[in-house]
Amino acid sequence: MSTPEKDKPKKFRAAKRMREIMTEYYIDAKTASQTGKKVAWITSGGPVEPLIVMDVIPVYPENYGAMIGASHMGGDLCAKAEALGYSTDLCSYARADIACSLENGGPIGGLPRPDMLICCNNICGTVLKWYEVHARYFNVPLFIFDTPFCHTEFPDIARRYVRRQLDEYVAFLEKACGKPFDQARSMEVGRLSLEGQRLWQAVLDSAAHKPAPMTAFDAFFFLALIVTLRGTKTVVDFYQELLTEMNERIEQKIWAIPNERYRLLWDNLPVWYRLKWLSDTFAAHDACLVADTYTTAWCGSMKYIDENNFFDSMAEAYTRIYLNIGIDEMAETIFAMIDKYQVDGMVMHSNRSCKPYSFGQYDIRKMIQDRKGIPCMLIESHMNDERSFSESQTATRIDAFMEMIKQKKG
Amino acid sequence: MNSADILRNVADNPHDYARSLKDHGKSIIGYFCSYTPEEIILAAGLHPLRLFGAKDDTGTADAHLQAYCCSLVRGALSDVLSGRLSYLAGAVFPHTCDSIQRLSDIWRLNTTFRFFADVVLPVKLTTESSRLYLEDVLRKFRGDLEEGFSITITDDDLRSSIRTYNSIRSSLKTLYSLHSRRGLPGAGDLNAFVRGSMVLDRVEAANRLSDLVETLTGSTGSPSSGKKVILAGSVCEHPDIYRLIERAGADVVWDDMCTGSRYFEGLIDEHGDPLVALAQRYHDRVICPAKHSSVRSRGDNLVNLAREHGARGVIFLQLKFCDPHSFDYPYLKETLDKAGIPSMLLEIEAQLPPEGQLLTRFETFTHML
Repeated sequence: MSTPEKDKPKKFRAAKRMREIMTEYYIDAKTASQTGKKVAWITSGGPVEPLIVMDVIPVYPENYGAMIGASHMGGDLCAKAEALGYSTDLCSYARADIACSLENGGPIGGLPRPDMLICCNNICGTVLKWYEVHARYFNVPLFIFDTPFCHTEFPDIARRYVRRQLDEYVAFLEKACGKPFDQARSMEVGRLSLEGQRLWQAVLDSAAHKPAPMTAFDAFFFLALIVTLRGTKTVVDFYQELLTEMNERIEQKIWAIPNERYRLLWDNLPVWYRLKWLSDTFAAHDACLVADTYTTAWCGSMKYIDENNFFDSMAEAYTRIYLNIGIDEMAETIFAMIDKYQVDGMVMHSNRSCKPYSFGQYDIRKMIQDRKGIPCMLIESHMNDERSFSESQTATRIDAFMEMIKQKKG
Repeated sequence: MNSADILRNVADNPHDYARSLKDHGKSIIGYFCSYTPEEIILAAGLHPLRLFGAKDDTGTADAHLQAYCCSLVRGALSDVLSGRLSYLAGAVFPHTCDSIQRLSDIWRLNTTFRFFADVVLPVKLTTESSRLYLEDVLRKFRGDLEEGFSITITDDDLRSSIRTYNSIRSSLKTLYSLHSRRGLPGAGDLNAFVRGSMVLDRVEAANRLSDLVETLTGSTGSPSSGKKVILAGSVCEHPDIYRLIERAGADVVWDDMCTGSRYFEGLIDEHGDPLVALAQRYHDRVICPAKHSSVRSRGDNLVNLAREHGARGVIFLQLKFCDPHSFDYPYLKETLDKAGIPSMLLEIEAQLPPEGQLLTRFETFTHML
């Protein structure tokens, strides 16, 4: 079911540049102990900007998890974690990453040893347990940035608590780095962070064009920079370049799926070890996954950021992110995306590795069907453990789903 | 019925008991976690009822939850959707794990009770700011109840409730000690008493437990001849487990469970501002793995419990798909190994494995001790 060579879309120029940036970044991180820089491991939804201000290199076990998954190393590493006593039902990012630390394995020869750990629980409770494992193993300071869950509201008491923690975070970093926090630099980093998020949103928005110049699979790839280096000029420059390339593609009519007929929305993290297969399978139906709820999360709370007071507004922006809100508010976000990207159907990844993202999907699916009247399908997997994936079952489901979409749309 | 029978009876038949309470005009608030500030519910003149979730007939939850959800959450949702909890006036969801968090959303959107509240507690319990936030959260919950039921909860109401809970908790602890030292009451009964205390009218529960303490303190008994073990995990509502452990030649002398010591350890200061005292208790109590105190507190606590009670081994009892407990297991086991304390892991779903199989596993473990 692979796409014929002539129909394959042109590669993105920016992909090469991104690989260069990521290589440089990892070299920088891996040589930090020689260059005297500090390394902090941080969760993907964590406030990275203060680290940038302090010249600390942020390293992301979750980004590493994606790398492990995409290199098909997840299954073996997860099995190693299971041999250490970790249940097979646990998050496969966490299992694979813990195995890398404890057993010295994984791509790029493992991550550089952390000097500190920054865990923000706005994405799940799993990260708390995962970072506790690392804190015991590496015996380094752990800062927990505790963001109360916003089921229906973000009350003042929560705002006050999170704001106080920003000060505690700064004090933690000042102690760990032995230098004061530079407020002026913080303003600049905040400005760059917001600019990076705006550009990332603009890149994603380019897929609102019919046909779309990019797919969610491209977004999964280009996401790495807004996650890892938010708050730097490198990110702003890169996404500016990528946005220019998207606009060129629209002008030159270069479409991600040459005969795009159906537009789909993806929910949840990617199935990292089957990106190409999924991409090809949908493309064979002339279906383009034009957007996703996952990569949008890194620009989804821009509305809470105060351009003139980035630092203070981080409290709200980092607490009210997509995964830290009730499922009815998540559904509202999805409704808006369905309209914006003119979507014909929704593909929900029921991800055994991510309970907060997956529980509630059935209710959201019903809300979408009731409100928007579009078909939804579910694909089940552990996002990073290929042993859990049934390709034939998934293919059958996709075929049936696409049949439904075709009948509906004609 | 004597006090023990009453507690056992309500633990076995919580729904019947709750319905009868409702018939007598009580408003009942359901909850799922030992971090629920029950004291405020009681102070409001309402009845807090711990819900454990159905063990079978959970099909109604399938339309809302994937197969990889734990039996506690699945059972609770199926109970409410199939009308088995129609006696409730409402429910409260303290922030616990990712699964309970989403259960709260699904519950809120699919039920129509008079009252609903999320009590979004802090996860980290190590800082002054988290203690202050916890106080704020409890204050907010007090306000939510006042508004929801058009009542006023006075400080005196809270103080009275706190005294009742202190009485319940200290009696439960005394009963645990009596079991550990003299073998009475039996371990299975203790489990029923804890669960019964989460169901029975709290003032009556306090009285019944005091009565049991008085009766049993005067009785003569000798500790079980079984090898002493600690039970560690989340919830246990299977009295059969204690019976089987006993048959295998061991005796559960203490535990680190939500349906056990984590519920009763830590009394509330009866002086000063009651809400501040309450927040202090929830901030300082022995944590469950969904909360953070220090990275080693749970392991240290388990080793201390084993040493304090002369236990020779630990039995981990975990629900399948319970992330917080599963994440801690390798570290807890390693900590116990280093302290020379053997352990075994029993992962269960709603139903226990066949009795013969379970007995063999317990026997094998007991022989090792």
